Amino acid sequence: METFFWIDKLVLVVILFLISLGIAAYQTYFERKLAAWIQDRVGPDRAGPFGILQPIADGVKMFLKEDFTPSNADRWLFIIGPGIAMFTSLITSAIIPWGPDLHLFGRTISLQVAELNIGILFAFGVISIGVYGIMIGGWSSNNKYSLFGAIRASSQMISYELAMGISAITIIMISGSLDLREIVQSQAGMNWNIFYQPVAFVVFFICALAETNRAPFDLPECENELIGGYHTEYSSMKLGLFLFSEYVAMFVSSAIMAILFFGGYNFPGMDYFAESPNLLAVLGLSVFFLKIFLFIFVFMWIRWTIPRFRFDQLMHLGWKVLIPIALVNMLITGFVTAWSNGWF
Amino acid sequence: MISSLITQILGGLALASALMVILSKHPVRSVLYLVVTFFFISGLYIMMNAQFLAIVNIIVYAGAIMVLFLFVLMLLNLNKESEPLTPMISKVIAISSGGLLFVVLLGALKNVLLAGKTHGMTLSNIGLVKQLGNELFTHYVVPFEISSILFISAMVGAILLAKKENLILE
Repeated sequence: METFFWIDKLVLVVILFLISLGIAAYQTYFERKLAAWIQDRVGPDRAGPFGILQPIADGVKMFLKEDFTPSNADRWLFIIGPGIAMFTSLITSAIIPWGPDLHLFGRTISLQVAELNIGILFAFGVISIGVYGIMIGGWSSNNKYSLFGAIRASSQMISYELAMGISAITIIMISGSLDLREIVQSQAGMNWNIFYQPVAFVVFFICALAETNRAPFDLPECENELIGGYHTEYSSMKLGLFLFSEYVAMFVSSAIMAILFFGGYNFPGMDYFAESPNLLAVLGLSVFFLKIFLFIFVFMWIRWTIPRFRFDQLMHLGWKVLIPIALVNMLITGFVTAWSNGWF
Repeated sequence: MISSLITQILGGLALASALMVILSKHPVRSVLYLVVTFFFISGLYIMMNAQFLAIVNIIVYAGAIMVLFLFVLMLLNLNKESEPLTPMISKVIAISSGGLLFVVLLGALKNVLLAGKTHGMTLSNIGLVKQLGNELFTHYVVPFEISSILFISAMVGAILLAKKENLILE
């Protein structure tokens, strides 16, 4: 039984790794297609039918480029930087409950790699160390534009982490657990948290945009001020890892938002499938991925619609708008929770 | 058996990276080694079943405080030329007083270590969030609330100091 357990987890880890990378690769394709559609262009259409081989061509190009290290760069940190960025993007997918349990070969297979009872805190821990990849990469390049990008990234991430954490606390309060699977199960059917916590969702969503360095918060890499931001000096697959980790982070943060606010793999009418758990698992998985893709679409839609913030506007929004809103929302949630439990 | 081996390895790695904090020449590298040390300490917390403590250690220390340290150090542009030269006498004094402190701590703690070695390892739920919350909000509620007031006063004080010049001008 123990060996089966490890084999299950190992297979799940490998599948998750491949899915995350595959989705990230095709996100680049859809990003460009969507940008083309919004700007009334055609977009990439040379590689394969409708250009669907474009991500593979991009990957091959990235690998074949010269891997250049600046002579004054801190060699080891220069290599470690993109690695940390990619690692922190990928590791969060380990705690996400992807679907209801599968029943195969007479055993119950959980579609979650690690069932932590501190699940959501683990996600925040990983987010908070995610900034090291950018900071180390930007500093070790020994370039002033890179350093500016790294400093912007770190101050932005520290500022928006607070509002993000406070808005997530409301979800912990109403579901009474830090475990992501329990949070999902408390939203069974259509009982989603978004109906109770719309304000927290808006704050969380804005902070997720900022944490993944997506427009309108892409100041760490804004090309018309900082050349390339923190990855100015990077080339070849090291640059590829930085760019790729942003897309993986987008995928994972969409999954987290779907879990916290949109019921994860829950969908209305789940009770009809209680007889056949495998069908339920497959349906739940597809519903979950549908929600994730919708979020990714909104992320891209925002990028091609809203212009970038100025840095003081960014700080103003983070500290003077989002944090007070999240705090007031948390206090109201606390009072309502205490009232409905009859504590006073 | 395996878990005690892992604990020992983690402890050794934590010590080694803590030593690297003071041995590495460059301050940015020192901070990065300190971050690594926090990760190993979190690993030790996990081995003692204190998952909440482990993750909060990472969020607060590695994720927030060390980022601010790194932030400041990266802006300082420290290098070999700007490093201040310390006279030999102050180096000798620093080493001897540090060594004396080490001896005193070793003498004070050498029996405590043996007594508290396996504490908490057998209880399977000692560090879980529910237990921790129950303890904090029942037995230790007064110290807990007082420490939160202390934090708020520190925060207000920091903001006041930062805004002081504007207040004087007004």
